[in-house]
Amino acid sequence: MLRFILSKLLYLIPTMLGITLVAFGFIRMLPGDPVLLMAGERGVSPERYAEISAQLGYDKPLWQQYFTYLGDLLQGDLGNSIVTKKPVLAEFLALFPATVELAVVAIIIATLIGVPVGVVAAIKRGSWFDQISMTGALIGFSMPIFWWGLLLIIFFSGILQWTPVSGRISLMYFFPPVTGFMLIDSLISGQKGAFSSALSHLILPSIVLATIPLAVIARQTRSAMLEVMGEDYVRTAKAKGLSARRVIGVHALRNAMIPVITTIGLQIGVLMAGAILTETIFSWPGIGKWMIDSISRRDYPVVQSGLLLIAGIVMIVNLLVDLTYGLINPRIRHK
Amino acid sequence: MTETTVKISDSAIRRRMVKEFWFYFSQNRGAVVGLAVFVLLVLTALFAVWIAPHDPTHQYRDALLVPPFWQEGGRAEFLLGTDAVGRDMLSRLIYGAQYSLFIGIVVVAIALTGGIILGLLAGYFGGWVDSVIMRVMDVILAFPSLLLALVLVAILGPGLTNAMIAIAIVYQPHFARLTRAAVMGEKAREYVTAARVAGASNMRLMFKTILPNCLAPLIVQATLSFSSAVLDSAALGFLGMGAQPPASEWGTMLAEAREFILRAWWVVTFPGLAILISVLAINLMGDGLRDALDPKLKRS
Amino acid sequence: MSIFSTRFLAASALALMAAAPLHAKTFVYCSEGSPEGFDPAPYTAGTTFDASGHPIYNRLVQFKAGTTEIEPGLAETWDVSEDGLTYTFHLRKGVKFHSNDKFTPSRDFNADDVIFSFNRQADAKDPWHTYISGITYEYYSSMEMDKLIKSIEKVDDNTVKFTLNHPEAPFLANIAMPFVSILSKEYADTLEKAGTKEDLNNAPIGTGPFKFVAYQKDAVIRYQKNADYWGEAPKIDDLVFAITPDASVRLQKLKAGECHLMPFPAPADLADIKADPNLKVDEQAGLNVGYLAYNTTVAPFDKPEVRRALNMAMDKKALLEAVYQGSGEVAKNPIPPTMWSYNNAIEDDKYDPEAAKKMLEDAGVKDLSMEIWAMPVQRPYMPNARRAAEVIQSDFAKAGVKVEIVSYEWGEYLKKSMEEGRKGAVILGWTGDNGDPDNFLSVLLSCAAAQPGGANRAFWCNEEFSALLAKAKASSNHEERVKLYEEAQVIFKDQAPWATLAHSTQYVPMAKNVTGFVQSPLGDYTFETVDLAE
Repeated sequence: MLRFILSKLLYLIPTMLGITLVAFGFIRMLPGDPVLLMAGERGVSPERYAEISAQLGYDKPLWQQYFTYLGDLLQGDLGNSIVTKKPVLAEFLALFPATVELAVVAIIIATLIGVPVGVVAAIKRGSWFDQISMTGALIGFSMPIFWWGLLLIIFFSGILQWTPVSGRISLMYFFPPVTGFMLIDSLISGQKGAFSSALSHLILPSIVLATIPLAVIARQTRSAMLEVMGEDYVRTAKAKGLSARRVIGVHALRNAMIPVITTIGLQIGVLMAGAILTETIFSWPGIGKWMIDSISRRDYPVVQSGLLLIAGIVMIVNLLVDLTYGLINPRIRHK
Repeated sequence: MTETTVKISDSAIRRRMVKEFWFYFSQNRGAVVGLAVFVLLVLTALFAVWIAPHDPTHQYRDALLVPPFWQEGGRAEFLLGTDAVGRDMLSRLIYGAQYSLFIGIVVVAIALTGGIILGLLAGYFGGWVDSVIMRVMDVILAFPSLLLALVLVAILGPGLTNAMIAIAIVYQPHFARLTRAAVMGEKAREYVTAARVAGASNMRLMFKTILPNCLAPLIVQATLSFSSAVLDSAALGFLGMGAQPPASEWGTMLAEAREFILRAWWVVTFPGLAILISVLAINLMGDGLRDALDPKLKRS
Repeated sequence: MSIFSTRFLAASALALMAAAPLHAKTFVYCSEGSPEGFDPAPYTAGTTFDASGHPIYNRLVQFKAGTTEIEPGLAETWDVSEDGLTYTFHLRKGVKFHSNDKFTPSRDFNADDVIFSFNRQADAKDPWHTYISGITYEYYSSMEMDKLIKSIEKVDDNTVKFTLNHPEAPFLANIAMPFVSILSKEYADTLEKAGTKEDLNNAPIGTGPFKFVAYQKDAVIRYQKNADYWGEAPKIDDLVFAITPDASVRLQKLKAGECHLMPFPAPADLADIKADPNLKVDEQAGLNVGYLAYNTTVAPFDKPEVRRALNMAMDKKALLEAVYQGSGEVAKNPIPPTMWSYNNAIEDDKYDPEAAKKMLEDAGVKDLSMEIWAMPVQRPYMPNARRAAEVIQSDFAKAGVKVEIVSYEWGEYLKKSMEEGRKGAVILGWTGDNGDPDNFLSVLLSCAAAQPGGANRAFWCNEEFSALLAKAKASSNHEERVKLYEEAQVIFKDQAPWATLAHSTQYVPMAKNVTGFVQSPLGDYTFETVDLAE
């Protein structure tokens, strides 16, 4: 097992290096230039421009900048934002919990609804429940979520006024961030109503973000269940006279869960992409929106280190999924 | 499609394969509906010039934000209303179909070609070629697709062409991986060895012998990518990085309409609905294709 | 490191809040974006100044609320020497700086604070010049303060003397701007000792009407009333900025009672806002101009008659309707009507496509096709450049001129539009910094500004025009300056280097019970005078 993990980790190193190269290289290819953006309509004199570029280190040759960047990375320095002048890592850590909270709640919604729906649809294959839920899943899978979010806002916040429009918690509540997760912090704070306020702010964005993963998980669960139920040992168990509930509950479900867990794990990348759109629509102060803003402001250090951090996290999650898969299903270890 | 899948000269067998394919495909009611909607979409796009009641970019300065005809204040000449500068919504939606189909086709074509070539090379030659190609694919896959596409578009400059290129680059590792896996599976088969012994060149082996036998998963992936491309390009348009106004690309229309969300529901609702319906149709078709082409699922 | 400090700060802020009276009046402002930081000097965005310079700090002099007139701030009075080269400021006594958990001021505001606040920007050798790596002082250098100020001397604790290199009429207006806010020297020393210099930017201490409490990135900024404020104390107890970048979301929050006031409504929503019984709208002509700049160095746009003909082909009323949704007024001069010296006697070109066509033919221009550049971003003076370009395109077509619309990424756009020999006409605009006409005319239209690094995107160099500006800048006689600028506008209109498009109106929607909000012509949002009626 240890060798399995080690080999996986070793495998990550060239990919990580590639990612730094991509992050760095792409960013330097971006047209436009932060110094010009800062100067705005007024413009900047050539001398002043040279002065600022030198201060930011952009006058050196690219390869030299890259190695400086790598060296800084190894020391844990991800650079400073050009716009706010603050360390990228500090900004990332300040915003990351908001995105994680959104993503975790979304994946919980998607799993809690998606798996049971998929299982029932598989058991009652061809029934009206199967047809309706799978049609629903396909619609969810085809949903342009940025539009879906707008519709939900128009309906629930605009017309019904059930949910707040944006933000993470009502401004009435104010407590120091301990974990950065509003749901947990609001509980810690002990302020009355804080938790339900945080929850009501979270509900629409997390539904929007959960839409596609929910559809994928429901479909995947259904087909995994169908496959397992068609296999010999399940048929044998049935033939032996074991109750249908026991067959499905103990044998089929457990085996069907292996690909489902992988599917859930692989949704992390999907969620990160979805978070960009969801956070934009709901003005959610997370890293997706931060990245978009930084791209448009040509905030090189933020975009390059942000890309790196996000890619790193996605890779680590994928690795964990791989490992879990290896634990549940020992066969692949020997492959 | 089956014609190319298996290289058999006997036309009788070919006909039977088509028949079999259509049998499985038509079993799936959703797939047939999807196909019908898709054909309708293609026709709309092809004949947009004749179908659309108005020029999609003409601004009726006396008809800004006219609601759909059934609402108070609506006009019969603008069935689905007009947008903020007085352009006919229906005509813009009709022309928008051209963009979406075009985007889907181009993205899939680029991603498919690139992916197949890279996948074939990696799978066929193995060794360091394989390592290098697949590491690069890993790097691309490590980034959330939309984020990477965004950065790429920012580099290339916002616009439809660049958005398509960016999306294709982001999709192409999926094709490369699929092709590689299929090639590795097929490489050891007897018919390949036989062809090699018979003196077939590498090129011939890769493209003529092995590739046709790996097509089924690629076709399924291609339909999936087609619908994702429509979605992602709309998302880029929505974020202001895709097709640029006044193009009537649906995502771009949504982005322009966002400021009217409270005042004019129709400029927000219809473009999104158009995206949803076309993506749904393509996905339904994709499901049908998979059922018909994937022998494993056929029996379940 | 800064995460811990903000966390710590927030915790102590909580203690402060708990001590506040139970029925504290909280005012919520749905701001349009995150501040870049809380030190006003290194940043340039209005959003940053609304969150830092205005609530937290004061300047030596300040703009009188709702005007661009100068009134005493931290300096009670000042003397200007005969030659206009020496300014002596007599500082207000007994002004207290804020305190936070790490700093309690031991002395009142004095001359050292003034010198610190200017020198850290002026002097590259000052230990505070680069207290954050990569920091620059854009406003200080772009307003040419470095070239203007020769020296700053402390005469005594309450007197500071500025010596200038040349007389400059807009100097006082310049130092009323947020970038020369007065910071505490004592606080800086404390931070230096503690080794937490960056807190000058993260945990600001000023003399302003509100104390900084906490900032949660991209979400909320909290302030508390400064009970020791030297001026009239704010009427509200707590001020909250709820950061909401999307205009329609801001409006929804306002409607839902989640905030009391918002900036920059979407033009499309105005009718709806005005119809809402729970809201009211304050409106004021903005200190801005949107324009289309021809390249006056490239044929055929080097001929004034061609430029005038094109201006006549433009239906500016239609443009105002389609692009600004009517929320603005057609521009005839390069400066807005709210600015002093606006020449109202000038008549705008009449919209007449036929006459325009003929004028072009007379000038020997046939089958003209040109580029129009549309900027990719929304600015206060131009809500939608793309749409504006489309309107102009269809207008010009009627005069037989073919237009191709081009756009670049914003940074590229700014750079390329200033490249020599640029093809095509550029849509751009300007928002005033300090209310002085020089801040429009010299920056955008002088010969000096037509050089690389300038902002004269028409590349228009008219000696007569520039001479008038130079004369006005050196004069300290207001009447004389008015006359000179009025004359300059006549030359501008005759030569038509731009098509002046529009001055957009600033709308400030707010809840019905908000009182005392004073709109700034400079586009600042300040809250020391607001109150909430019961």
